[in-house]
Amino acid sequence: MWDRNQMAERAAQELQDGWYVNLGIGIPTLVSNYIPEGIEVTLQSENGMLGMGPFPIEGTEDADLINAGKQTITELPQTAYFDSAQSFGMIRGGKIAMAILGAMEVAENGDLANWMIPGKLVKGMGGAMDLVAGVGRVVVVMDHTNKHGDSKVLAECTLPLTGQKVVDRIITNLGVLDVVTGGLKIVECAEGVTEAELRAATQAKIV
Amino acid sequence: MKKVFGSAAEALDGLLHDGMFIASGGFGLCGIPELLLDAIKDAGTKNLTFASNNAGVDDFGIGILLQTKQVKKMISSYVGENAEFMRQYLSGELELEFNPQGTLAERMRAGGCGIPGFYTKTGVGTVIADGKEHKDFTDSDGKTQTYIMEEGIVADLAIVKAWKADATGNLVFRKTARNFNPPAAMCGKICVVEVEEIVPTGSLDPDSIHLPGIYVHRIITGAHEKRIEQRTVRSA
Repeated sequence: MWDRNQMAERAAQELQDGWYVNLGIGIPTLVSNYIPEGIEVTLQSENGMLGMGPFPIEGTEDADLINAGKQTITELPQTAYFDSAQSFGMIRGGKIAMAILGAMEVAENGDLANWMIPGKLVKGMGGAMDLVAGVGRVVVVMDHTNKHGDSKVLAECTLPLTGQKVVDRIITNLGVLDVVTGGLKIVECAEGVTEAELRAATQAKIV
Repeated sequence: MKKVFGSAAEALDGLLHDGMFIASGGFGLCGIPELLLDAIKDAGTKNLTFASNNAGVDDFGIGILLQTKQVKKMISSYVGENAEFMRQYLSGELELEFNPQGTLAERMRAGGCGIPGFYTKTGVGTVIADGKEHKDFTDSDGKTQTYIMEEGIVADLAIVKAWKADATGNLVFRKTARNFNPPAAMCGKICVVEVEEIVPTGSLDPDSIHLPGIYVHRIITGAHEKRIEQRTVRSA
């Protein structure tokens, strides 16, 4: 079974040279620690920046320089800034090659739910609906099951959707699955996980 | 025509009325028009509708107008950091219209550009699409997809924060504090801007102006707190 860092490391294998990529909050953020050597990717922050750098050294934080999670960050030599309309223009226009993001549920047809649980406090979708509808490829990184042990990889989502038929690949602590015609296809199993275990933890149809 | 005013209160004089619709720039607490929000609080204008990506925190940003119950409705994409907001929303005192972040930005941009509506894939198949016009379009590769129509926003007033302005209202923003400020400015029938510095006209490089003064009607300057919401650092 993969831990958070191993899931991030596996997700980093999805990156291709020259790509502009948006990383979500949580495990997806860790992907930037594992960008393979020889691969140049530019990270987008949807509040208006391409070329996102690491956290600042203490004492150099700048209130005018934050990421989409409102954390202080730094710029790089290739950084460019722009307004929110242009930022989502490049997202909606398909210029961002890939988004890697977390999820509460994914369905076998690629439906994604990650923004609200009815009856619980709803904070909003932020830019998630725009990202999953607009970018070239959507990769979800999440635990395969919830804290009760129930599968998060489902025949149909039970929660309100963030996007319809938008997910291309799912990377979990148990392995990697692709959304294909008719259901999900196993791409690989995590270290120490058998295909039978992966299938048993998956409610969605595996073809 | 003189655009520079002596204070936020002077700049807003005659522009505020109960029940009005205000578009505000800012993302989180970054690039928010903090001086103008303070002045709206002091003016006591009520039943406000705000189009703003976020609602500030309890004691900063739009949050200060929630404390005084001056806000009737928020149009936002994310409102997570504000306890008073949640209290008023859950008790039914405050209306909330969630817009996907890019849809909100484009609604402002479009409204300011004379575009009353546009089609987007964002939100298709979600609660956001409920009650909205759906239409199929086929792209140049022959792929047909469904889109929903979203309406442009035109606000009674836009309040905006920039880094520098000249006396004619040409604006320069700084780093990610630009965010929603240009589209908010564009969608206001009247736009009031607060800046950290007013520089002599002619001193800004005309090729490096982020928003031309045609969108800007009144300008003020003053000291900004520029609060950091999530201070994250690494060791040297």
